[in-house]
Amino acid sequence: MGGNMTDKDQYKIHQEPFYQAQGNEVTLYEAAYAARLPVMVKGPTGCGKSRFIEYMAWKLNKPLITVACNEDMTASDLVGRYLLDANGTRWLDGPLTTAARIGAICYLDEIVEARQDTTVVIHPLTDHRRTLPLDKKGELIQAHPDFQLVISYNPGYQSLLKDLKQSTKQRFTALDFDYPTSKLETEILSKETGMDADICAKLVKIGVAARNLKGHGLDEGVSTRLLVYAATLIKSGVEPRDACRMAMVRPITDDADIRDTLDHAIDAVFA
Amino acid sequence: MEITTISDGQARSPHLNPLEEQPANRLSPQAGKSLVIPRAGERESESLREIQVNEFEIYWQQLDCGFPRVGEVFADCMQDALVKLSGEGVSAYIEYARFLGKMGRGAEPILIFLEEWPGIARKSGEDALPAIAECIRRMYKSPNGKAITPFLQSLPSVVRRLPARQQLQEYLNLILDLMERTTGSIHGIHQTFASPGLPSLFKQIAVLLGQLSLAGLKNWVDYGVRYYNDHPERQIDYFSLQSADSRAVLQRERHGTLLMDNERKLDMYLRGLWQDEDLLIPYSSMFDELRQPVPYYDNLGIRLPDVYNDMNGVSGIDRYRATLAHMVGHRRWSTKIFADNFSPFQRMAAECLEDSRVEYLAMREYPGLRRLFLALHPAPAEDACDPERESGVRHRLTMLSRAILDPQHTYKNAHVIEFAQRFHALMQEGDMNTQEIASLAVSFVARTRRQSDQLARTHFKDTVVSYRDDNRQMWHFIEEDDEGEVADQHRKMEPGKEIEGLPPRHYPEWDYNNQSYRPDWVSVYENLHPKGNAADIDRLLVKHASLAKRLKKMLDLIKPQDKVRIRYQEEGSELDLDVALRSLIDFKGGSSPDPRINMSHKTSGRNIAVTVLLDLSESLNEKAAGSEQTILELSQEAVSLLAWAIEKLGDPFAIAGFHSNTRHDVRYMHIKGFSEKWDDEVKGRLAAMEASYSTRMGAAMRHASHYLEKQQADKKLMLILTDGEPADIDSKDGRILIEDARRAVAELDQEGIYAYCINLDPKADEYVKDIFGKQYTIIDKVADLPAKLPQLFISLTK
Repeated sequence: MGGNMTDKDQYKIHQEPFYQAQGNEVTLYEAAYAARLPVMVKGPTGCGKSRFIEYMAWKLNKPLITVACNEDMTASDLVGRYLLDANGTRWLDGPLTTAARIGAICYLDEIVEARQDTTVVIHPLTDHRRTLPLDKKGELIQAHPDFQLVISYNPGYQSLLKDLKQSTKQRFTALDFDYPTSKLETEILSKETGMDADICAKLVKIGVAARNLKGHGLDEGVSTRLLVYAATLIKSGVEPRDACRMAMVRPITDDADIRDTLDHAIDAVFA
Repeated sequence: MEITTISDGQARSPHLNPLEEQPANRLSPQAGKSLVIPRAGERESESLREIQVNEFEIYWQQLDCGFPRVGEVFADCMQDALVKLSGEGVSAYIEYARFLGKMGRGAEPILIFLEEWPGIARKSGEDALPAIAECIRRMYKSPNGKAITPFLQSLPSVVRRLPARQQLQEYLNLILDLMERTTGSIHGIHQTFASPGLPSLFKQIAVLLGQLSLAGLKNWVDYGVRYYNDHPERQIDYFSLQSADSRAVLQRERHGTLLMDNERKLDMYLRGLWQDEDLLIPYSSMFDELRQPVPYYDNLGIRLPDVYNDMNGVSGIDRYRATLAHMVGHRRWSTKIFADNFSPFQRMAAECLEDSRVEYLAMREYPGLRRLFLALHPAPAEDACDPERESGVRHRLTMLSRAILDPQHTYKNAHVIEFAQRFHALMQEGDMNTQEIASLAVSFVARTRRQSDQLARTHFKDTVVSYRDDNRQMWHFIEEDDEGEVADQHRKMEPGKEIEGLPPRHYPEWDYNNQSYRPDWVSVYENLHPKGNAADIDRLLVKHASLAKRLKKMLDLIKPQDKVRIRYQEEGSELDLDVALRSLIDFKGGSSPDPRINMSHKTSGRNIAVTVLLDLSESLNEKAAGSEQTILELSQEAVSLLAWAIEKLGDPFAIAGFHSNTRHDVRYMHIKGFSEKWDDEVKGRLAAMEASYSTRMGAAMRHASHYLEKQQADKKLMLILTDGEPADIDSKDGRILIEDARRAVAELDQEGIYAYCINLDPKADEYVKDIFGKQYTIIDKVADLPAKLPQLFISLTK
């Protein structure tokens, strides 16, 4: 039904998102897209994975459909389901189906959060078949030539339960992301928020201190995203120390010792 | 005491020697006349002395003291007293000294009083005398006369710590209270034995008041009185800070920031801000007042004082951070240089400037450190050191260091200003290295050298920078190098030689009488249980094969079934077809449909960690009633079956046994750990189980819980298998160990551990409820234990 009528344009990105390349990831992605290879982007939270995909979709001028995965998500949430209406039932395409029909880049964010039986439905789309069977509807969709599948996954909180199956992993090419180097991150902050470089460098310094504590009470370091938040708060007139506490310390931990150490780091940096 | 103008000759003048002159004809007319105001003129000072000498004579008569040693110092003391005391004060002084002289306790009390009182009165006021006198009078009236001398000796240091009158009064009350409670009596009528702890306390009081507030001191004293009142030797150990718990209580009551409490924060500080890590090792800063140890680091770790008090508005934790920042600075930026080419002064200067350099670099990294360093770094007054009389090396270097740190310094010394500027200029050019700093230091020493630097008396005031380490890592010594390595090697353990058992862990014990913990009271030694023959256990299992079969059926019933369907969900993973159809029919039929047409799944796993704690006390060797087997053998069978059952279920579990021989020796025998499999190794240990000694349950439970609490499981269960009440030979009051065990159960509960007792004592009703509340079972017929125990476990965890 509705698939072919979907307005492609609503999924397009019209304004260039700011993205600072850390290496040759842009070229690599372009090459992967040219061959329509599925891509996996790995890296800690808030290091710019989603922004990168957004940027590439803009650069390639293709629609982008993003799905944030969670553990309650089922295959039908991706593929589509029958809904009841006044005359009986009606089929509704899920985001993956829509993307395959219109030729969008389908971005499954934080794929490990989804249950493993859910992840399996993407398999036929990721190999030479490039098809998506809709069992319940009895339809086999041949993916649009522009369609590409991208997943992101954060190996940081990899527990035994939250890991991708080998059979899934081995269907993707992968790009590894990490927090940018201090110099680069400073640049990113000041370009993104327009703060002066001096303050940005200080924020990055606190961020680095927090990242050093990863695995010693912190599950994840302070992300670039949080640094951007802090810079934004400072720009809007908040006292730098308060901004740092609010944006960079309070969100990531309830551990009094860590909080104390990071608060001290803030005082030590903003003397 | 202070020695003032009167020379030795006069002090020993014949007038003042009571042995040579009759006291009767002292009050001569001249003496009275000499009190007239002296006439002015060139001989004034001499006449003043004369007057004083005569005046002393009157006082001497009033004092009426026959001790020659008193006579020797009397003039000096009077000189001091006349300066420091008022007219009334002097009379009271003489009068009270007279009392002390007549007291019959020898010359010591009066001597100490004469020498010390003027100084004390200066600090705490002359009106403190009656209170002190009353205190002494009470000692005098009791068998504690011997404590008077130490009491008087300790007074000056007490007054230094407690200058306010109110504080002094509280202190005196505390002393009297202690004395009354520890002075022994026979038949409750007469006090006949002196307080054993009192004199020891006076000897330690300076240390104690240095570490404790008055309230803390009171708690510390109370503890000692409470626990050692009937044990004179232990009491002395306690009050002279010899025993372990004495120090532990002291540590508990101390003021300041303890390293122990903040280790994690400081670890994080190192790791987070400096990407450095090392072992933080505390050293005691308590007992060495004269030579305070200095922080340092070596191959084994970073040594820091065990406690920092707040200083100049810098909190204790920030002082630790400043110290660590300084040491990390050295670790990052200092390189070793050869010491042999430098003189001691040059080395001192090089260390000082190197300290300044690493701090400069550290502050560039974290500008906020400047506030800490500025607050903690002393600022010696420029004219504090008299270069004619004392060596000013340290003083000059500290000034230079301050000038480098503090741009707003006010020093006028041309060298200090010049070298501070040179330092900053050089640092601007490049970061310099240790070698370059050393040459700057050498030229500073050369430019500022003075003859007096060689004097033995060095100016120390305001020259100690408390957060700096001793710089031992800065130097290479050509000659000592080889020996150093040899010494280090000796410390290492011989390869292949295993440690026998672990060092003891100390646990507190609850004292219900006072509703407080006795810290570090019990020592628990943990070791591997010796190994026996694993086949014995297999044989036991075979013996109970039919029982095992029955158990297996029960086990299969409670084995986790992974997926459970939850129906009637508005939001769910799948459509529940039955419900959906019904809804659709309702809908078509015109009535309102049930929207809960989805279903979802949930996994239900078992997530239980279990520790089985076995009482292995002597009583287990007895034959069980109505059975040929001992309780120990039956327990062995029961535990084997239980272990087999738990293994079948796949729950993580540990087994340990315990017994005790006084609080100093609680044995905790490891039989199976959580990570070990139920294999021959473990069965072997179980087979070798033996029983002896007593049952100190609380400590064993606390020790077991420190393993169990680290397990990641939703439910944590501790099964305690015992045949009697907690008891030990060093515990007279049987109630104490019961109450302690009860407390331990409460502690477990707070950690999320469910304690359950399986008691084999038919008379257990009397106490087991007190300890475990409702969480217990009494097995009257011990012969049934092998069957009952696994069943009990299964029903507990169903």
